Amino acid sequence: MSVLVFADSTDGKFKKTAFEVVSYGKKVAEQLGSNLVVLTINASDASQLYTYGAEKVLNITNDNLTTFNAKGYALAIKQAAEATDANVVIVDSSTDGLYVGPLVAVALEAGYASNVVAAPSSTAPFTVKRKAFSNKAFANTTISTENKVIGVAKNSFGIHENPVSGTSENFEAHISDADLGVKSEKIDKVTGKVTIADADIVVSAGRGLKGPENWGMIEELADVLGAATACSKPVSDLGWRPHSEHVGQTGKPVASNLYIAIGISGAIQHLAGINASKVKVVINTDPEAPFFKAADYGVVGDAFEVVPKLIEKLKAFKAS
Amino acid sequence: MKILVCISHVPDTTSKINFTNNNEDFDTNGVQFVINPYDEFCLTRAMWFKEKQGATVTVVNVGEANTEPTLRKALAIGADDAIRVNVNPTDGFLVAKELTAIVKDGGYDVVLAGKESADYNGQMVPGMLASLTDFNFVNGCVGLEIEGNQVTAVREIDGGNETLATNLPIVIGGQKGIVEEKDLRIPNMRGIMMARKKPLQVVEPTGSEAKTAAQSFEKPAPKGAVKLVDADNLDELINLLHNEAKVI
Repeated sequence: MSVLVFADSTDGKFKKTAFEVVSYGKKVAEQLGSNLVVLTINASDASQLYTYGAEKVLNITNDNLTTFNAKGYALAIKQAAEATDANVVIVDSSTDGLYVGPLVAVALEAGYASNVVAAPSSTAPFTVKRKAFSNKAFANTTISTENKVIGVAKNSFGIHENPVSGTSENFEAHISDADLGVKSEKIDKVTGKVTIADADIVVSAGRGLKGPENWGMIEELADVLGAATACSKPVSDLGWRPHSEHVGQTGKPVASNLYIAIGISGAIQHLAGINASKVKVVINTDPEAPFFKAADYGVVGDAFEVVPKLIEKLKAFKAS
Repeated sequence: MKILVCISHVPDTTSKINFTNNNEDFDTNGVQFVINPYDEFCLTRAMWFKEKQGATVTVVNVGEANTEPTLRKALAIGADDAIRVNVNPTDGFLVAKELTAIVKDGGYDVVLAGKESADYNGQMVPGMLASLTDFNFVNGCVGLEIEGNQVTAVREIDGGNETLATNLPIVIGGQKGIVEEKDLRIPNMRGIMMARKKPLQVVEPTGSEAKTAAQSFEKPAPKGAVKLVDADNLDELINLLHNEAKVI
């Protein structure tokens, strides 16, 4: 028996979540006394995964999978799981991970738990803790099937070094055009900008900014911190910022290390979207704003005075 | 075109979440249940197809009798008929399996479902349903056009969008963007009156078994008090973020 981790990559480069799922897989393999096998698809340097405990890496090089395709990826993962006798398959909970996870689960007749935040609390019965109720709670969930698929929530388990002298080998996946189901026609990506999904730091602003013309200082603050920008729901509804920046229960979830909320009062739906962030800073004129109850650090003050000062201080701090 | 829209019956997004029975059960006391917001976007898109291109729209829920007001609301918004599969939806696989039977019986071309429900957030059911029915599948869909057998769908990816081409039959996991929030339908009095007369069929489950079970729940640990920093002393904030929280 083995544990199979799928380490996702884009343009050959591993995502940060790949190192996290390998770290998680190592832990589960130890708990089960199983081998850890890591699967990569069109990745350029699989040896990076040895640092996190990947003893054996299977590389698929396949022209049908140059861009993400859920059906194709699921078929590749299924074939690798069968070839390695894996009964636990681990994926991430990124947009693509959540797309492919259920397909893998059906293919392997496996119980599936997504958005898992910790290593299994027990392996018999196999029990994991997963997010539920839009980050307002956790559900301790048992998987009763022999095969299991786990989706690990971003920034929940962390990246843990566990160096091994691993080996890599090629793995041939049999995937035809007909297996793909959908065809990618066009990818429109904002380049040169940190995305909310990848960001360690997110700078977010709300109606307190008074208008879209005032977002310059938010972008500057994000630049100084290497952060992504985000906004509250009213701001995206008003068209001040694109919907893709809307953070909250029905918008994008944020699981960053640092979330800075500026001029956002902290509606329950917004807090649900950012609950998974580790450290929260709030800047707001209203000391009664509900966000202060959910924050680690707070500044009661006018964003138009505090943010420019904070930018200058951070620039000096970064330069020192 | 025959469209099936899957409707989850979930706590309103403003709900405070509590548990009873030794944290084994969700406490429904005082909780208002609504159509899952992601499903509501899908239902509105289905109504658009019905009105502009001609389609019948059936809504389906896997749940016990208490979910019927939510299905009636979907009928009041404009769906033609409703189906309720009479079983407690304890696991995504069980729900997908029950929906598979409905899809196969009904001969649907398009199945629209929110990419996730606002209660268990598993993001499992649309993908599992697509696999079990062998339909094509697009998740995180923010744009959908159907001409004849051809489907053009846009899905959200990290940092942008991807346009996909595929064919019917299809399962779509939709989200905000498939229609905008301002376009969501609110049932009017006529719709509510008509909904009372529309067919709501109750079918018994096929007996599919759950593969997972939520044994207990917990809430995040209570937060310590916020540390307030004077607006004139932002060096202190930087110091805390650097030395205490270690995030910059």
